[in-house]
Amino acid sequence: MSQAIDSIHGDQGQLSHEPHVAHHFESAEQQYDSAKLGMWVFLVTEILFFSGLFCVYAVYRSLHPEVFLYAHQWLDKGLGALNTVVLIISSFTMAWAVRNAQLGQKKALMINLTLTLVCAGTFMGIKAKEYSQKFEHGTTWGASFHPHDNAFGETHDGGELKKEDMPPNTQLFFSIYFALTGLHGLHVLIGMGLILWLLVRAAKGTFGPEYFTPVDIVGLYWHLVDLIWIFLFPLLYLIH
Amino acid sequence: MPERASSYAAEVDWAFNFVFWISVFFFALIVILTVVFAIKYRRRPGVEADNSITHNTKLEVFWSVVPLGLVIVIFWFGFSGFVDMRTFPKDAMVVKVHAKMWSWSFEYPNGVESTTLHVPLGQKVKLRMDSSDVLHSFWVPAFRVKQDVVPGRYTYLWFEAIKTGTFRVLCTEYCGTGHSTMLSAVEVQSPEAFKAWMAEESSGKNLSPVERGKKVFSLKGCAGCHTVTKDRKKLVGPGLYGIFGHEVTLAGGKKVLADENYLRESILDPNAKVVNGFPPIMSLIPLKDKELDGVIEYLKSLKD
Amino acid sequence: MTSIPMPEEGTLTTKPVVDETNYLKSAYGIKSWLLTQDHKRIAIMYMIGIGIAFLLGGLFALAVRLELWTPTKTIVEAATYNKLFTLHGAIMTFLVLVPSIPAILGNFVLPMMLGAKDVAFPKLNLLSFYLWLLGAIGFVVVLFAGDLDTGWTFYAPYSIRTQTAVALAATGAFILGFSSILTGLNFMVTIHKMRAKTMGWFRMPLLLWGLYATSVIQIVATPVIGITVGMLFLEKLFHIGFFDPKLGGDPVLFEHFFWFYSHPVVYVMILPAMGVISEIITAMSRKHIFGYTFIAFSSIAIALFGFLVWGHHMFVSGQSSLMSTIFSLLTFSVSIPSAIKVFNWLATMYKGSISLAPPMLFAMGFLFLFGIGGLTGLFLGTLNTDVHLHDTYFIVAHFHYTMMGSALIGLIGGLFFYWPKIFGRMYSHLLGTISFILIFVGFNLTFIPQFLMGSMGMPRRYYNYPPEFQAYHQWSTVGSFVLAAGLFTALWCFIHSLFRGEKAPDNPWGAVTLDWKTSSPPHHHNFDIVPPVTDPYDMDDVYWDEESKGYISRSQQAALQELAAGVSGTQEKNS
Ligand code: HEA
Ligand code: HEA
Ligand code: HEC
Ligand code: CUA
Ligand SMILES: [Cu+2]
Repeated sequence: MSQAIDSIHGDQGQLSHEPHVAHHFESAEQQYDSAKLGMWVFLVTEILFFSGLFCVYAVYRSLHPEVFLYAHQWLDKGLGALNTVVLIISSFTMAWAVRNAQLGQKKALMINLTLTLVCAGTFMGIKAKEYSQKFEHGTTWGASFHPHDNAFGETHDGGELKKEDMPPNTQLFFSIYFALTGLHGLHVLIGMGLILWLLVRAAKGTFGPEYFTPVDIVGLYWHLVDLIWIFLFPLLYLIH
Repeated sequence: MPERASSYAAEVDWAFNFVFWISVFFFALIVILTVVFAIKYRRRPGVEADNSITHNTKLEVFWSVVPLGLVIVIFWFGFSGFVDMRTFPKDAMVVKVHAKMWSWSFEYPNGVESTTLHVPLGQKVKLRMDSSDVLHSFWVPAFRVKQDVVPGRYTYLWFEAIKTGTFRVLCTEYCGTGHSTMLSAVEVQSPEAFKAWMAEESSGKNLSPVERGKKVFSLKGCAGCHTVTKDRKKLVGPGLYGIFGHEVTLAGGKKVLADENYLRESILDPNAKVVNGFPPIMSLIPLKDKELDGVIEYLKSLKD
Repeated sequence: MTSIPMPEEGTLTTKPVVDETNYLKSAYGIKSWLLTQDHKRIAIMYMIGIGIAFLLGGLFALAVRLELWTPTKTIVEAATYNKLFTLHGAIMTFLVLVPSIPAILGNFVLPMMLGAKDVAFPKLNLLSFYLWLLGAIGFVVVLFAGDLDTGWTFYAPYSIRTQTAVALAATGAFILGFSSILTGLNFMVTIHKMRAKTMGWFRMPLLLWGLYATSVIQIVATPVIGITVGMLFLEKLFHIGFFDPKLGGDPVLFEHFFWFYSHPVVYVMILPAMGVISEIITAMSRKHIFGYTFIAFSSIAIALFGFLVWGHHMFVSGQSSLMSTIFSLLTFSVSIPSAIKVFNWLATMYKGSISLAPPMLFAMGFLFLFGIGGLTGLFLGTLNTDVHLHDTYFIVAHFHYTMMGSALIGLIGGLFFYWPKIFGRMYSHLLGTISFILIFVGFNLTFIPQFLMGSMGMPRRYYNYPPEFQAYHQWSTVGSFVLAAGLFTALWCFIHSLFRGEKAPDNPWGAVTLDWKTSSPPHHHNFDIVPPVTDPYDMDDVYWDEESKGYISRSQQAALQELAAGVSGTQEKNS
């Protein structure tokens, strides 16, 4: 029976709640743990979401390896690599921002968040440039894939793409390219929105050592977005 | 189960019955126990439940392992029967099957085409199937065979008929409005009768254009969407009786005269002029010049 | 006439008295419902929403049955018929059965069973509900604006070619998927983090194990259907060509994606129902559940194995024979944990003290119907018999026995079981019993003929059919109307109880789990004082109390007395 009494105390022990702790939680710690676990689970669903497209990639790459070998030469490795670097930097500044939040360094927090945002913007800018090139060349997805003459010729790393070498079903590569990078780009945009929201709250001085959960979980999300790109880059740009 | 008309029908039925009796046993067990317990241990004043029984690992392992053993046996029967279905005999006669919305046609090695499948008794037949639009599925209940027909690739099945007669062919993969009318038949004939049929089919090449058109019209599946009877009944597409020389209202209200060129265009480029009140779903069906000519003559002949 | 203060009425007739000890009266007005974060109120909103969806899906089903009265046209055209069964199937699975038990019963009892005040993320919970509503509205729009005629399976390339509103329906399904993921996530975190201090994993009621296993499936499988309908959407609007053979795509790949989700999802439907049945059988037999650990682990086993068998829907699709073989073997592995559960339930009834009140009738009905539904699954898992039975009415009957006959009966039984807790009112046992008999008889009459004609050669999704099947179809149609009458009786029984029902005791059945140790209806915050955690099936903990016409828990009494005696020294109330 003493066990029973324990539970009564345990669950009823709170007279006044700390700020930021919702009424149904017993403690800030329980709330933080819950949020963190929730976020991890959410990230798992995100990975699974992408993995659907990765499966499509795997299936078609194994069915038509020649398409991937040929078509990836249309992508600009330089820009892709640049974007990889940009995102890695942003991941770094984001991690730093989390640290700042935990330590209550408001100013540094805001600087780091801003830097992350700038990196994300740069990434999207470069992506936009790449996309517009694809549209100019007519190398777009599925039914709309009709490469113009200007699409052929010298490639970004000095090789040559000949129209007559183009294998059938080349449109599949670009369907996959646009689906994957499009979905990823969407996630970057959502991430930018979240970071902006953090900035606003940070400016109000919401975060400090006792409450930094939002910064933490947006940080996790941002690392995931980053990680996915790190997979995308070699899968799409670096094919041998 | 329908009658058995193929070499492996008996095996399938055997597996079916095997599973059936196992199921009957367990089902009876469940029902009897439920009912007996509900009566015997119904709530009565002064009688308490016996709460000392909470688990019994031996018993639980027992009733996990017994079903496990049983399902492995079941799997084995199903598997060995399946292997028979999927191991293609080398000496089979190959017939090509073309599926489209919403008709079947069968093409023999010597080029003869037919809307029903004729096969000789006791001959192994292998079907190579393709679809020109969406998924279909070829099913002969009496043979216990079924195989989806997938656009963009070939699928195969084989059977050996052991009974003469006419057996139903049904489409069992949902394929749109006409799915339930996508029917055909297998004629299992004695080898002599089959030969005679084949000879007649392959000799009949000298048809008049109208006759040829009529044949093409059913072979190419036009009849799946169009009627040619006087009542001009609508299926998916407009009824075609008496169409030649009449005025047709197109989507958007424009009217055109259905002359030979209109018919030709309607067939060669179906979505160029869409008839009012119909969806633009008629797909392009490749016809040879002679066939096209025949069909148009045939359509012209459809009048009082 | 006394009445439960439902939102509209409460504000109109009685003077609103805010009563913290009754969540139905803790706040008034439409807004206090629509914006509530109380898991119990959200559960009730789901109940109403899902009830309406079920009614809609059921009406479509009746229309389907009417059309099949004759072998050719009876009431509608072929194209309309195709839309009817598509919407019927889509509504019943996506709008009704996938959310049903978790969203209604799970939401209501899960936090209480854990001794918690709410789920971990109440706002998210409300968001799930609104996403569900949005998705539901999407489907209703589909109904009026564009129709849908692909079958609930959306197989490509037909779904790409058809003129109907596939893109919109895909969006709807996507949103519903989100709702489902968020519910699963919420439950999982709640179970991990919010259990009462002394509640170890093996002191959790079995319903929680069922819901936990369900959450795992929701979290792992649903994102995949999300991306699948996403791709279908792109396919429709942008012709991206993943599944379109004209653009080099592979339709069979779509089937794999679809079933990777849609097979596990059938266990999303059945696992919570099994959990509910576990609770009902032990409580109504007044006997400790038999083989707790086996039942708990079999839920997890079903959830995990369930991911490995999707290919059994595709034995004749053109996938390789090797794959079919492996999938067949794995399929059988899932039937073992189900068998374990069935035997354990039977053993629980053995030497019990069985009450035949409506919840128990439904639980026994479940055993009967799930027996048939599950055992016919064996015919389908067997390779060569499935070749014959695939896409026939045999399948239709199989999945109605499992989905309607088992999962939905589980829900209805669960409603009868938890009703007194949810609304604090008893219902007429007579009406409940009549509804059970009608449902049971009507159901079997509807679907047994379908097994027969399916095995004899009647394909599914057929508008016209060979005349020799007419008699079977007519029996089936008659049965469906008996079934409908039964369901309406159940509905009537519930509505009647709301207005005329006697006040329910806190614990009418003698269940031992924590949710029965609060008042009926529960407090706004579930518990004044969280009761002590015991073995959830220790029947000796509760005894019948003639005065309150309900059961009382010894451990809870003892703890309260100790508390009152001041041994503990604290007596704060809930914040
Ligand atoms: C809640 C839903 C639900 C549940 C629980 C199940 C449970 C099972 N299902 Fe079912 N199934 C569906 C819903 C469900 N199914 C749906 C919706 C479809 C069709 C979708 C469509 O095409 O539209 C389908 C289709 C379907 C197919 C595809 C058929 C085809 O299209 O060709 C197969 C094939 O293997 C199958 C098998 C099984 C098996 C083996 C089980 C097992 O889990 C059953 C296990 C239970 C038991 C076995 C009974 C209890 C045990 C005993 C009484 C002890 C004795 C047991 C033994 C001896 C083993 N199901
Ligand atoms: C949860 C799943 C579910 C449920 C419950 C049902 C219920 C019913 N189904 Fe359905 N059905 C499916 C899922 C379901 N179905 C699916 C997935 C398909 C496949 C679709 C496809 O091929 O794409 C299908 C297909 C299908 C077909 C095959 C069509 C064809 O292949 O051509 C038929 C034919 O008879 C049918 C009949 C019925 C009938 C008569 C009921 C009856 O049981 C319905 C009775 C219900 C009512 C009459 C409503 C009464 C409601 C109330 C009174 C509200 C009560 C509220 C509370 C209690 C809160 N269904
Ligand atoms: C998938 C169903 C389908 C098939 C198969 C089909 N059609 Fe059609 N057909 C239609 C529909 C729907 C229309 C009306 C819409 C349109 O004009 O495109 C139509 C229109 C026509 C018209 C114009 C009719 C008018 O009233 O003006 C002709 C002629 C025609 N089809 C001939 C054929 C021939 C010949 C074949 C076979 C080689 C054929 N169709 C196969 C569906 C089909
Ligand atoms: Cu072709 Cu159904
Ligand atoms: Cu399945």
